[in-house]
Amino acid sequence: MQPFTKHKGVVAPLDRVNVDTDQMVPKQFLKALTREGFGRTLFYDWRYLPGEKPNPDFVLNYPRYQGASILVARANFGCGSSREHAPWALGDYGFRALIAPSYADIFYNNCFKNGILPVTLNDAEVDEIFRRTGSEVGYELAVDLEAQTVNDESGLKLSFTVDPFRRECLLHGWDDIGLTLRHADQIAAYERSHEPRAILYGEVDASVLATPRD
Amino acid sequence: MARPKTLYEKIWEAHVVRERPGEPSLIYIDRHLIHEGTSPQAFAGLKAAGRKVRRPDLTFAVMDHSVPTKDRNLPLADSIAAAQFEALDRNCHETGVTLFNMFSHNQGIVHVIGPELGITQPGQTIVCGDSHTSTHGAFGTLAFGIGTSEVEHVLATQTLSQFKSPAMAVRVEGRRPEGVTAKDVILAIIGRIGIGGGTGHVIEYTGSAIRELSMEGRMTVCNMTIEGGARAGMVAPDEATFAYLEGRPFVPRGKDYQAAVDYWKTLVTDAGAKYDREVVLNAPEIAPQVTWGTNPGMVTDVTGRVPDPHSFTNPVDRKAAEAALRYMGLEPGTPIENIAVDRVFIGSCTNSRLEDLRLAARLVEGKRVSTSLKQALVVPGSMIVKSQAEQEGLDKIFRAAGFEWRDAGCSMCIGMNADVLPSGERSASTSNRNFEGRQGKGGRTHLVSPMMAAAAAIEGHFVDVRKWSGVQ
Repeated sequence: MQPFTKHKGVVAPLDRVNVDTDQMVPKQFLKALTREGFGRTLFYDWRYLPGEKPNPDFVLNYPRYQGASILVARANFGCGSSREHAPWALGDYGFRALIAPSYADIFYNNCFKNGILPVTLNDAEVDEIFRRTGSEVGYELAVDLEAQTVNDESGLKLSFTVDPFRRECLLHGWDDIGLTLRHADQIAAYERSHEPRAILYGEVDASVLATPRD
Repeated sequence: MARPKTLYEKIWEAHVVRERPGEPSLIYIDRHLIHEGTSPQAFAGLKAAGRKVRRPDLTFAVMDHSVPTKDRNLPLADSIAAAQFEALDRNCHETGVTLFNMFSHNQGIVHVIGPELGITQPGQTIVCGDSHTSTHGAFGTLAFGIGTSEVEHVLATQTLSQFKSPAMAVRVEGRRPEGVTAKDVILAIIGRIGIGGGTGHVIEYTGSAIRELSMEGRMTVCNMTIEGGARAGMVAPDEATFAYLEGRPFVPRGKDYQAAVDYWKTLVTDAGAKYDREVVLNAPEIAPQVTWGTNPGMVTDVTGRVPDPHSFTNPVDRKAAEAALRYMGLEPGTPIENIAVDRVFIGSCTNSRLEDLRLAARLVEGKRVSTSLKQALVVPGSMIVKSQAEQEGLDKIFRAAGFEWRDAGCSMCIGMNADVLPSGERSASTSNRNFEGRQGKGGRTHLVSPMMAAAAAIEGHFVDVRKWSGVQ
């Protein structure tokens, strides 16, 4: 996974509350077999007119937000479906950090697995970033995960917190399956000690119901 | 005496593999359910890293999201979906995971077949790459949706790194009025707490109105837990749970069943245990619910009206309501009962079980769907539900009334197959999400119960099923 330490970039505003993952990546793109190439599908129904022509009324298509790599959004960002295609699309589009007052749980978690930092700030702070983004073309923020700060060049200095374990994983870009497999002996011990309670953990014989493979 | 514990704490503690201060806990996963939509990248990642599926025997796969609901004996028209089915088939075959493919008698929506086959049992931890995994909480399990990276993590390790959540109680007391279903109860709950109201919490549903629900009803409630922002919702198992499970294919038998029930009976929140938050609703005050906007929290009573965005004091909410009404093509102040629908969809992991189909069939028996309707669709949640319904003659009732009767799958809830709500059209749908474009780009979804959907199909617009002349 791509680590996240510091990032400075242009901010794009998405001034909508409760943006769900169905909007980030509509269903027709969930039939892929790989994680790549989802940037094109990001906010598909809002971003394009028929024929995949850019919709000039959608904020990410405004010339001033081209090349944006930080997205500022409203509360409960990423609600709904668990589809990890949403952070895949945000990342592939070029977003490295998100700023919002709150996130939906599954989406928040999925971001950390994909090298995207979801920064949580309070409503007033997010409002201020929206204000500054709107009033200054090319407005940039610097996000520092180590220091847990969000700063601009006009004196805005904000701090945020991220759970220390998630922060460490993201700073190093650790493979969390690899981390867990270091405790394989404990997993095996758990399985052994719980075997007597076969009701829960024992082997399940599915052969009676399995469909023969054509 | 030991400190009193919540049901959630009991299940959590029984599954801790490893705990360290300041780190997430490693939690053992008892059942891993997978489907074609969110698993191919996980299997590919596993393969690329040279890792194996640790417990194929605890992993079950099914094809549901993109399956056609008719003409399965014909070649698949959707070649992209076909590639995903082939990938799931190949991945399961190579790793020894049991797969219910599209031709299996046990095929169906993953959250319908898990309980139906008895794969889901009280006290378990269950995950699936699908947010509606919360459904299984109806059996007193800790069940939640995960992303594809976590699917890969569970395949490789049979565990997940998790932080313990605060527990929230949602207590619903009193008797539900006639015509008010589990769907109305959960929509009313979401209307109360808001779609982010449960974020970060695990909900336990309690109270006499929850106790009185059938297992199907409890599944409907737990299913939509995620629409209130909480990842997991649960109901403590009781006699209704045990009666539902006894004799199902994967449920232990004889002495083992008795031992299982003895254990399941311990899965209750102890007297005196503390929840971090509690919300109380009175069932007698709940009316049939209809959503008017573009998320499940934008909901009102069938006797209500489309709200005026100016009635929202918070400017962010006002803006959201304005955008929702624009998308939905609705005027503020319109009585809900005056809203005409183009299509009716009865199905999805929320409302496609036998009880749902019975309730809907009872209302449409001997009647015809309105001539103003373009389509009325019934998609059973599983092939077993389909065959049980056919044994009872429900298919004949639906067909005679002008409904289409299909094979099992997610269908028009997510529109990944050919069952799509066309742009600009309005549906009465028993599914779980009314997000923009959810059922089809530009489609306008109103979430309702199966009874409300059935009555809307006959009348061509929403009606209050409590007073509808169609109810005998």
